[in-house]
Amino acid sequence: MSSFKFVKERHRSIEGLALVGLALVLSSCSNAFGGYRGATTQGQSEASLYQGFMITGIVVAGITFLGLFYVLVKYRRRKGTNKIPKQRHSNLPVEVIYTVIPVLIVIGLFVFTVRSENKITQVSSNPNVSVDITAFQWGWRFTYSNGVSIVSQGANYPQLVLPSNETTKVTLVSQDVVHGFYVPAFNFSRYALPGVTNYFDLTPTTTGTYVGRCSALCGLYHGEMLFSVRVVTPSQFKSWLTQQKAA
Amino acid sequence: MKVEYRIYMGIGVFVLLITAVYFFWAKEYGGVTMLFGVAGLGIMPALYFGWWRKRMDPRPEDSETATIAESKGVIGAFPSNTIWPFVLGMGAFLSALSLVFGEWTLVIGGALLIFGAASVTLESRRGGVI
Amino acid sequence: MTIADERKDLSHDEGGHEHDHGGPKGIYLWLTSTDHKVIGKSYMYTSLVFMLIAGAMAMIIRAQLTGPNNHLVSQQTYNELFTIHGSMMLYLFAGPFAFGGFANYILPLQIGAPDMAFPRLNALSYWLFLTGGVTMLSGFFTSGGAAAFGWVSYAPLSSYSNAPGAGPDLWIVAIVLTGFSGIFTAVNLITTAFYLRAPGLTMFRLPIFTWNMIVTGMLILIAFPILTAAMIMLYADRHFGAHFFTVSGGGSPVMWQNLFWFFGHPEVYILALPYFGIVTEVIPVFSRKPVFGYKGLVFATLSIGALSTGVWAHHMFTTGTVLLPFFSALSLLIAVPTGVKVFTWIATMWGGDIEFKTPMLFVVGFLVTFVMGGVTGVMLAAPPIDFAVHDTYFVVAHFHQVLAGTAVFGGFSGFFYWYPKLTGRMYREGLGKLQFWMAFVGFSLTFFPQYIIGLRGMPRRVPVYLVSDHVTFLNQLSTVGAFLTGASFVVWLINMLISWKRPVAAGDNPWDGHTLEWATSSPPPHHNFVTLPPIRSARPLWDANHPEHADYKSPGHGVEFRDEEVNK
Ligand code: HEM
Ligand SMILES: [Cu+2]
Ligand SMILES: [Cu+2]
Repeated sequence: MSSFKFVKERHRSIEGLALVGLALVLSSCSNAFGGYRGATTQGQSEASLYQGFMITGIVVAGITFLGLFYVLVKYRRRKGTNKIPKQRHSNLPVEVIYTVIPVLIVIGLFVFTVRSENKITQVSSNPNVSVDITAFQWGWRFTYSNGVSIVSQGANYPQLVLPSNETTKVTLVSQDVVHGFYVPAFNFSRYALPGVTNYFDLTPTTTGTYVGRCSALCGLYHGEMLFSVRVVTPSQFKSWLTQQKAA
Repeated sequence: MKVEYRIYMGIGVFVLLITAVYFFWAKEYGGVTMLFGVAGLGIMPALYFGWWRKRMDPRPEDSETATIAESKGVIGAFPSNTIWPFVLGMGAFLSALSLVFGEWTLVIGGALLIFGAASVTLESRRGGVI
Repeated sequence: MTIADERKDLSHDEGGHEHDHGGPKGIYLWLTSTDHKVIGKSYMYTSLVFMLIAGAMAMIIRAQLTGPNNHLVSQQTYNELFTIHGSMMLYLFAGPFAFGGFANYILPLQIGAPDMAFPRLNALSYWLFLTGGVTMLSGFFTSGGAAAFGWVSYAPLSSYSNAPGAGPDLWIVAIVLTGFSGIFTAVNLITTAFYLRAPGLTMFRLPIFTWNMIVTGMLILIAFPILTAAMIMLYADRHFGAHFFTVSGGGSPVMWQNLFWFFGHPEVYILALPYFGIVTEVIPVFSRKPVFGYKGLVFATLSIGALSTGVWAHHMFTTGTVLLPFFSALSLLIAVPTGVKVFTWIATMWGGDIEFKTPMLFVVGFLVTFVMGGVTGVMLAAPPIDFAVHDTYFVVAHFHQVLAGTAVFGGFSGFFYWYPKLTGRMYREGLGKLQFWMAFVGFSLTFFPQYIIGLRGMPRRVPVYLVSDHVTFLNQLSTVGAFLTGASFVVWLINMLISWKRPVAAGDNPWDGHTLEWATSSPPPHHNFVTLPPIRSARPLWDANHPEHADYKSPGHGVEFRDEEVNK
């Protein structure tokens, strides 16, 4: 596994802050709340949705915790007192408000979710590149439309090469059990299922090498079912492909 | 009984609605089957409670003003100590284990099950001493 | 004459032989008792033992993850450990602890009943649960090892060719046994709540704890038959050459996921609702106020129950085979009643007189953890976000904060709250508080870093990771937290030991409780009650103890009782 080196998309050492328990909030200044910004257009769409959810979440949880701690401090029992507080059973306006506001928030979240999800799951009818990906215990096979095929061999993790700023259509199948094609830097994963063919598009925007792995438990060596993705410029991609074909 | 009836009916009808939406939107029939079954699991008990609601005398536990003394008569029979549930449990356990270890546990387990079931029935009829 | 007197006279054993208070003792009592209190306690202690065992497995898992390439356990053992850890925590601890333990013990007391409706069935449930648990653990002693396909046992990884040996079969048998145990308990509790309530205790006067158990029971009756059916199909695939889930035979592996999650999502609420019920008992008592918005809370619980049947495929977003908007809409929607519950709890404390005894501290811990887990749950309901973090440590952090948060903090809150009732003894407050702070700090330290670990792309169910993932330090933090949490359980055991060896009498009603279980002695006598107070609202005991602040003084919350009803 040591032969496996990746260019990190971004890495700031925020471990120290995690100690204080504030990492998630603080790291938001430069990377999307601890998540990847996304090296594909699809992944970027996810990243902005994630940020929206995260901000909403922080606001909602923040208000809830403020309310909670206010109550806990203000209404704690003081030493030596023994009073019976006013027995309030309900307050209809309050109850309506705390039901309706969440409903509105949820509707808003749903609208943005559907928009982003349509972008991410859209499959183009005339992609620039097509790749067939087959997952098996415990490795991957990437087959380009011109017949070039790259496959795992023992501890040599295979590399998927993609052109930047072009759309690659992936056809994903599994040969045996359920696997998951997962590229963290793309903010994307999709199961490879036996008996089901899955299609999705990847449109990388940033060149570089990214780690990829199997996300679904697939047996003994699930943890070592790795691959890498190298995004290169379209011209580099063309020459790489012809070179592979010749080899 | 009214509230009991309404809870079950409410859940049954709600799930029936979800089933309809899912049927026309997803057109995935595995889910439709399961949802439909769940709607049935709401509506069937609801019908049972609804049927009884019409036929049974008003119960003190459904009355806002019943006094504690109002519940007269036998509430139920509560056996105190009995070994048969344990015997039945071991019977079920050994029978189930036959799925892993082969038939021989089924012989013992099945015997315990039959013996336990018969004894527990007799116990109820003759008025269960331990 | 009170109902309790009558019940004492009438509810004796069939055949009319006298109460045998000097009846069997010790192990023979344990084997033969049909008393819901004995069975409830057996359930509690057994499930707590299972929790400690599964917790020890978690410690091994966490130790393995302290470095990127540790070799503490083998890959195979690692897979077995998390599979059995998850299965035990869910099927043998979180569920049975509340639904078999607390509900069994407390529900009949709360409704003024002498026992459960079907006492012998109740005993049978316990034996099925215990033998199911033993069966699950015994997988480790087979030559091929225990099941190693995760608690979800996705086909075809769980087929005979991929998972040979007796371990997986034992796992299947264990789930079927505990499944039947749950079904029987559900039937029993629902019948009890519907038919054995004391006079005047209408449905809308039931304590919220009892309400939640009813809804949980309904969900169990929906979910567990499907699980059992799925297990039988899996077994048939493995041994009888059936092809429900094999592609080559015309079956569909995705069907397994549909079946499993159709059970699995309601199961999540089956695990959570009972603890919500516990929390809703503790908060009002320690704030000396009634539950705020009782009816709203009941409807929130019912709508969670109803909605939870239509969200199963949010666990299958990344399969590409499900209707994303439908399941994401319903999953987002279910956050609303859940949110309503949280606001109700805060509103109940608002204006109260809050006393931070150990049970209440655990409630605060529960609220904080649960809100965090809930917010990240809403994120996962959005398919795009789920694509990014599905099957990573983000999800592990989310469901531990939700599930383990409810079961551990909610569970211990209830445990300390009812411990005096169960045993007649008091625990040591200082040790209880120490346990809370250790558990809370440890738990947060375990799971908070896991969100970041997941966002950086570390999948779950892997024993190794890469140095270049930059998750080593975060994993070490998490492990430290896990061991701190583990140590908190040692404090709990010490507390139990001290309170057992040097008992301090607790009294019948140490917390100024509101509901009927506090109206009887601690521990309650055989068949539970000698007298019952008149029931004119949802808080009969509060009314009796604080007539000047009684519930029926607020319009719409009960009926004032006539003097002659106050019998003494
Ligand atoms: C108290 C401390 C606990 C710790 C430190 C802990 C730790 C862990 C760890 C390290 C994993 C493995 C994650 C992976 O490899 O993917 C795991 C899995 C799991 N845990 Fe826990 N856990 C704890 C309590 C609980 C509780 C109380 C529950 C349930 C009520 C629970 C339910 C699960 C489940 C369902 C899984 C997933 C198993 C699977 O992947 O099949 N855990 N836990
Ligand atoms: Cu895998
Ligand atoms: Cu779910």
